[in-house]
Formats: sequence, structure tokens, C-alpha cells
Amino acid sequence: MPSAVNFATGLVGGFFEWFGNLGIFFWQVLRAAVTPPFEWRELIRQLDEVGSKSLPLVALAGAAVGAVLSMETNSSLTRFGARSMLPAATVYSLILEMGPIITGLIVSGRVGAGIGAELASMKVTEQIDAIEASAINPYRLLAATRILACILMLPLLTIAADGCGVLMGWVAQTLVEPVSLHRFIDSGFRGATFNAFLPPTFKTAVFGLIIGLIACFQGMRTRGGAEGVGRAATNSVVLSSLFVILADVVLVKLILVVFP
Amino acid sequence: MTTDYDIAIKQGGVEEDGSAPVVAVDNLYKSFGSQKVLTGINLTVSRGETLAVLGRSGTGKSVLLRLIIGLEKPDSGSVRIHGQDIAGLAQDQIGQIRKKIGFLFQHAALYDSLTVAGNVAFPLEHHKREMSRSEQSDRVKQLLAEVGMEGDLEKMPSDISGGMQKRVGLARALALEPEILLLDEPTAGLDPISSGEINDLILKLQREHQMASIVVTHDLHSAQAIADRLALLNEGNVVIEGKFEDLQQSDIGFVKEFLQLS
Repeated sequence: MPSAVNFATGLVGGFFEWFGNLGIFFWQVLRAAVTPPFEWRELIRQLDEVGSKSLPLVALAGAAVGAVLSMETNSSLTRFGARSMLPAATVYSLILEMGPIITGLIVSGRVGAGIGAELASMKVTEQIDAIEASAINPYRLLAATRILACILMLPLLTIAADGCGVLMGWVAQTLVEPVSLHRFIDSGFRGATFNAFLPPTFKTAVFGLIIGLIACFQGMRTRGGAEGVGRAATNSVVLSSLFVILADVVLVKLILVVFP
Repeated sequence: MTTDYDIAIKQGGVEEDGSAPVVAVDNLYKSFGSQKVLTGINLTVSRGETLAVLGRSGTGKSVLLRLIIGLEKPDSGSVRIHGQDIAGLAQDQIGQIRKKIGFLFQHAALYDSLTVAGNVAFPLEHHKREMSRSEQSDRVKQLLAEVGMEGDLEKMPSDISGGMQKRVGLARALALEPEILLLDEPTAGLDPISSGEINDLILKLQREHQMASIVVTHDLHSAQAIADRLALLNEGNVVIEGKFEDLQQSDIGFVKEFLQLS
């Protein structure tokens, strides 16, 4: 019994210690990010790394989700005699939830692992120490640029995923019951307002913050050589994916309250 | 802390013009958890002088260098650069001091996503923005020529040997014309010929740039070749400090054992 209590205490203590260290790390990055000189060249490089290099994967995932949504929703709506609602059901499902969450999880896997492994490798080979010894702030150069790139690129990637999903949703429906793309989009977006679609898209900026922050934190605090690098990459993906999903629950509720 | 040995310390004196030494370490203590690494170190280094810090592996030599450049904070004691204690300085203030220090890491710590030229240009791009691209490029070529790497500008760190990486690391450390040079095991892992080449390079650079240098090494022959003074560490403290002849003439058991086995 005492060992179970000790285990539970250690687990809870470790959880709060991790959160505390993450908070300290976030504060250091925030202070560095708002203090000149700004690392514009590195930021642009990271925008390319996070954005354009994730685009093919995100677009493919969005297209696949759109096709599946259309096929699955078609059979359900037909059962209730509401097949005419298919375009709206596909579009709303994609843009309100499926597009953002799929984009967040895809980027968490690709970018989170990449950032975690890269920074962990730099940490264990003393490259981060070399940056600091050169009187350059590693929080500004390495962490702030990557986190900001994730925040800026996630909404744009989400829009790309949504676009590909809507397109493939139309293709999937057209194969069953031919309908023009114009009619599909007109029917899908009928009655929609910016308030309905913009908040779910821009909530992915919060996903970007989570992914960038956790990946940079795991990478820059690595110890232990090659094993440490592997652990940092794995933890970056697992933890950022978990917190993206949890954040989604909170953000959806918040959006429903603020934009009823 | 008292040790089992008689401690013969000959402090480095003040500069010829009466000013403070460039680097002064006073009563420095550092522990990691329960492990005591440094227990009251005292050292000084003057301009144009090379101090070799010797000792067994794990005696805190590299930690000493990291404390001097501020990558670690001491538990107590002070590190003064040109008379200024760096321990309590803010990040931007310590950054100004670090621009005066060149640091060669044990494994060179080259940025593996940049070329050889990119590595040497890195400090210039961040701290010498008033220089044009062509001026920075010329400076990079000049630095790499000084270390004999002028023909390898576009190679990646993974494409060059360990000795060549150390040369590039040295060139990067000299990019901002530092007043202080810290070298962590510059010949570690190198064959005798490459070690000799690195020693000759360090001597040449020291003659030309007249920096205050601290070289951490366990290689007595290398230390003898390049240093004006040697300091031998054991159990976190300086056992003896002076010229090589002083070490040879010492009666301290640990010193005799270290010299005998080197």
C-alpha cells in the first residue's frame, strides 16, 4: 500500500513539475521573442519548413477525410431521407472539426517529431551551448522562431486541408450521384457565415502553439545521447497530440459560448 | 577545504600596467546534486598568457570553462572578466562579455545544418551586421586560411575529420576577434600528428592575437608545448600552479604520480 501511495505521489509530483518547467520555458521564450534583435531569416526558414513541407501530407489527409466523410454520411442521410443535406453535412463537418483536428494531429506527428529530434540532437552535441556561448539567445533563435512558425502556419494548412476535403467530398458524391461542383459548394455553404467557419480555423493557431512549445521544450531539455534524442522525438509527438485533443475540447466549448 | 596534499599556489600577478587580470576566478564552488565538482578554485589569467588546466577525467576542468563563460552558475565564489563579476549579470549584459570570449568545445560543436563557411560566418552574421556580405565572406576566408581550411568552405561538418572540425571550431571561436580564448580538450581524440598540428596552430594564433587563453587538457605534453603556466586540479581544487619546471620539482605525491604516468 505505501508503495502505491508513493507511486501516485511521484506521478502527481512529476506531472506538476513538468508543467512548472514548461511554464518557465514558455516565459523564457516569450521574453526572448519580444526582445530585439529578431531572427527574421530563421523565422522565414521555419515557415517554409513547417508550412510548405507539411502541405502535401496535410492536403492528402484532408482529401482522404473528405472522401470518407462523404461516403459515410451519404448512407446515413439516405436512411433518413435527407440525402440533399449531404453537401452541407460534409462541408460543416470538415470545416468545424475534422479539418482542424486532422491538421493538428498530422502536423503534431511530422513537425513535432522533427523539431523535437532536431533540437535534442543539437542539445546533446553542445550546439545549443555553442549558440549561447556566441552571445546569441537560443530561445530567440531556435524556440521562438519555430513556435511562431507553427502558430502562423497551422490555420493556413487547415484551410488547405478543408479545401482538399471539400473537393474530394464532391468527387465521392459525384461518383454515386452526379452533381456539379458549383452546386455542391453552393449547397454546402448555404446559410454559412464567417462566424461559423473562422473560429474553428483559427483555433488551430492554439494547436500550433501547443505543438511548437512542447516540441521545443522536449528538445532543448534533452539529456542522454541518442536515447535521449529518441525519447524527445517520441514525447514531442505523444504529448503534443494529447494536448491538441484536450485543447480542442476546451476550444470548441469556448467557441460555442463566444460565437453562439 | 583542506586536502591531503600541501598546496603550493603561485597566484598569477596583476598586469604589467597594474590593472586586474583579464580572467580572475575567486574561491569558486560548484556541485551537481550531492557531487562536489569544484571546491574553492582560485585562478588568474593575464593578457597574452596561456594557462593550461590539467587533471584527471571528471575533476571539473570542463565545468570550470563553462562557469567562466556563464553556461553554468557557481554555487559560490566569483568569476571576473576584466574585473566584472559575471555571476549576477542579466542575459544581455553577459552577452556583451561573451562577445569577447572565443570558446572551442571538446567536440567542436559545429552546427551540422551549416557548411564550414556558414559555421564561421554565424557569429559575424549576428554580431557584425554592419559588415557587408562580401566583407563577411572575406573575413570567413581569412579565418579559415589561418587554420588551414581555406579549401573546404562548402563542405558539411559530417564530411570532415575530427581534427578538421576542431580547426573550423577554432576559426569560429576567433571570428569576433576575442580577447579571451577558452579551449576544451583541443587535442582529445586526435592522433599525435594532428595533435601536434593543433598545438602549433594554437601557438601561432596566440602569438598573433595575444589573447588570454585557458586550455583544459589531460594531455601533459600538449600543455607543456603551448602553455606559459600550468594548474593541476585534483578533487575540485588546484593542487599546484606554475611553470612546468615547478611541477617537475614538486614533492606533492599526486603531482609526481600525474607526471610519471603522463
